[in-house]
Amino acid sequence: MEKTGVVIEIKKGRIKDANLGMIACARAANREVYALILNDTAENFREILEAHGVHAMVEITTGGADHTPWNPEQHTRAIITAMEALHIKALLALTTPMGRELLPRIAAALDAPLVMDCIDVDLEKGLARTTLYSGKTIGTIQVTGSHELFGIRPNVIAPVPVKTKAKMISMPIDTPVSGKFKTVEILPGQSSQTDITEADIIISGGRAMQSKENFDLLFQCAHTMGAAVGASRVAVDMGWVPYTMQVGQTGEKVSPRVYIACGISGSIQHFAGMKMSGMIIAINTNAEAAMVSNCDYFIEGDLFEIVPLLTQRLTQKAK
Amino acid sequence: MDMKIYVCVKHVPDSAANIAVKDGNTIDDKISFLLNPYDEHAVTEAAALKKHLGRGEVIAISLGTEDVEKTLRSAMAMGADRSILVKTDRQRDSIFTARALKAAIDQDGSPAIIFTGRESIDMEGMQTMFRLGAAFGFPVASNVIKFTPEKNSATVESQTEGGGKNIYHLSMPCVLGVGRGINTPSYPTFPDVVKARKKEVKTIDVKDLNITPSPSSMSVISLEPFAQERRAREITGTPAEQVQTLVNILRNEAKVLN
Ligand SMILES: Cc1cc2nc3c(=O)[nH]c(=O)nc-3n(C[C@H](O)[C@H](O)[C@H](O)COP(=O)(O)OP(=O)(O)OC[C@H]3O[C@@H](n4cnc5c(N)ncnc54)[C@H](O)[C@@H]3O)c2cc1C
Ligand SMILES: Nc1ncnc2c1ncn2[C@@H]1O[C@H](COP(=O)(O)O)[C@@H](O)[C@H]1O
Repeated sequence: MEKTGVVIEIKKGRIKDANLGMIACARAANREVYALILNDTAENFREILEAHGVHAMVEITTGGADHTPWNPEQHTRAIITAMEALHIKALLALTTPMGRELLPRIAAALDAPLVMDCIDVDLEKGLARTTLYSGKTIGTIQVTGSHELFGIRPNVIAPVPVKTKAKMISMPIDTPVSGKFKTVEILPGQSSQTDITEADIIISGGRAMQSKENFDLLFQCAHTMGAAVGASRVAVDMGWVPYTMQVGQTGEKVSPRVYIACGISGSIQHFAGMKMSGMIIAINTNAEAAMVSNCDYFIEGDLFEIVPLLTQRLTQKAK
Repeated sequence: MDMKIYVCVKHVPDSAANIAVKDGNTIDDKISFLLNPYDEHAVTEAAALKKHLGRGEVIAISLGTEDVEKTLRSAMAMGADRSILVKTDRQRDSIFTARALKAAIDQDGSPAIIFTGRESIDMEGMQTMFRLGAAFGFPVASNVIKFTPEKNSATVESQTEGGGKNIYHLSMPCVLGVGRGINTPSYPTFPDVVKARKKEVKTIDVKDLNITPSPSSMSVISLEPFAQERRAREITGTPAEQVQTLVNILRNEAKVLN
């Protein structure tokens, strides 16, 4: 049977939830799914991988004297070596900062086709669906080549639990680092905050937030729901929040189950980043705002009144 | 010999334009096109590098139709000294694009560094810089938000999640795909625009580059407008009632609260 490789993303010892939808996508074709685990103990993830239909766990350990925990060039070569050894022609990874570094490097090295940020993939036909033209259209892309690579947009494909027994393949791969590219340092982001690309709920603020301090209202509210905080470009440009929180065409493209837009007008560029959300809720003083006419639910009101009330309500509930 | 700094720029539909699908797999191009937003940062960074070095030449390069000249003029108004238009009749995939850009750069000179944007806002491919790097055998970093040139090398910060960064050291020549945090492009003044009109645009027909095609390809076989079918329902009542309804929706309909 043909094999599909999926690059598993692990964060702080846990498999990111988004991997499970990606595995479901790989399983949809009648092929064997090989979970590639880089520099981590695959056995730790056996239970969850077997509950989602993985046929093999490939534990790839990169080593060598000049080993660093993250070197995308070295890891690219390790994955290619594993793909060759196991005859894996199709590879999936998430469109996350990690996937954005690995997939295009692998594609470039193999001269293979790659479609990033896919919302659906048909591995048998070599077809991928993704947003094109700033999220204003959905394109179907036909790939041809000896290999096929796809970046999967986190959280758009639902996980499908299926039981399997996974075999374990251990692959220590010694890949020397090239002198041309070296990792100097890895500075992790703030781990206390949920990342917007992975969150189930995002609460975002725009120009109406008025200041950096006022964003605390959103952080407090987000905390009560396990949500992530996002922002419009204006809020980022004003320096109230870091660029990594920007949602939109020139920010992150997110697909949470619920997106709550507080004081965001709903420009075409902002929509480009969040229109795939499951449910959109707008809180805006202006009922004519584009965000209000393109949402599922809206409150015509002042965010400075509504958001603190919501936080209060959710805190009471939690008790 | 003068240091050649290349910047790859793409001519893309204005981010505010309404996109209409034509012939099932392409778009109606009677809309305004601009320099890809990330590429503005790439041009700005290239011009800043030249200034920092006190020498060098910034060359903007683009693969596209004749109309691309407009975008090349914008790049020149923002600091490129001259430009190269590699003429093709249609949108090409990044596999072909990287080959064409490589061939045209090879014909023009030997790059000290190549800047690109981190992605194009039309194709959203996120890969042309890596393919270009592989073609040249140059190291690549993308999503670069800080660039520090050194003698024959560069240190860059590449953005990761939650405000994290990876710091990489690359030998030069290298290819850098820049992100938005790297700089603030300053928009050209009228004299810049006038000067840009006089700068050179070298046009090459892609056919004359004799590019060996790749066995791999990516082609858009169909395109549909991304329809929004949301029915905006108002949550009414006093603020306290509105918030209660909102919580009920989150819990019972969206099922995101316990
Ligand atoms: C090339 C390009 C790329 C871009 N990329 C992005 C991008 O990635 N992301 C992005 O977001 N933007 C992007 N933009 C900018 C975009 O065009 C808009 O300018 C921006 O999204 C507007 O931000 P905003 O909604 O916060 O502000 P505004 O448009 O000013 O809206 C503020 C809203 O707050 C409401 N309001 C005011 N007070 C209150 C209150 N007390 N309570 C509740 N509501 C209130 C107002 O009614 C209004 O609707 C881009 C622009 C360009 C040209
Ligand atoms: N046709 C093109 N001409 C010149 N540069 C391009 C072209 N297509 C892509 N690029 C460059 O490659 C970057 C990434 O594009 P993409 O891989 O399509 O996301 C862009 O920001 C440009 O700098």
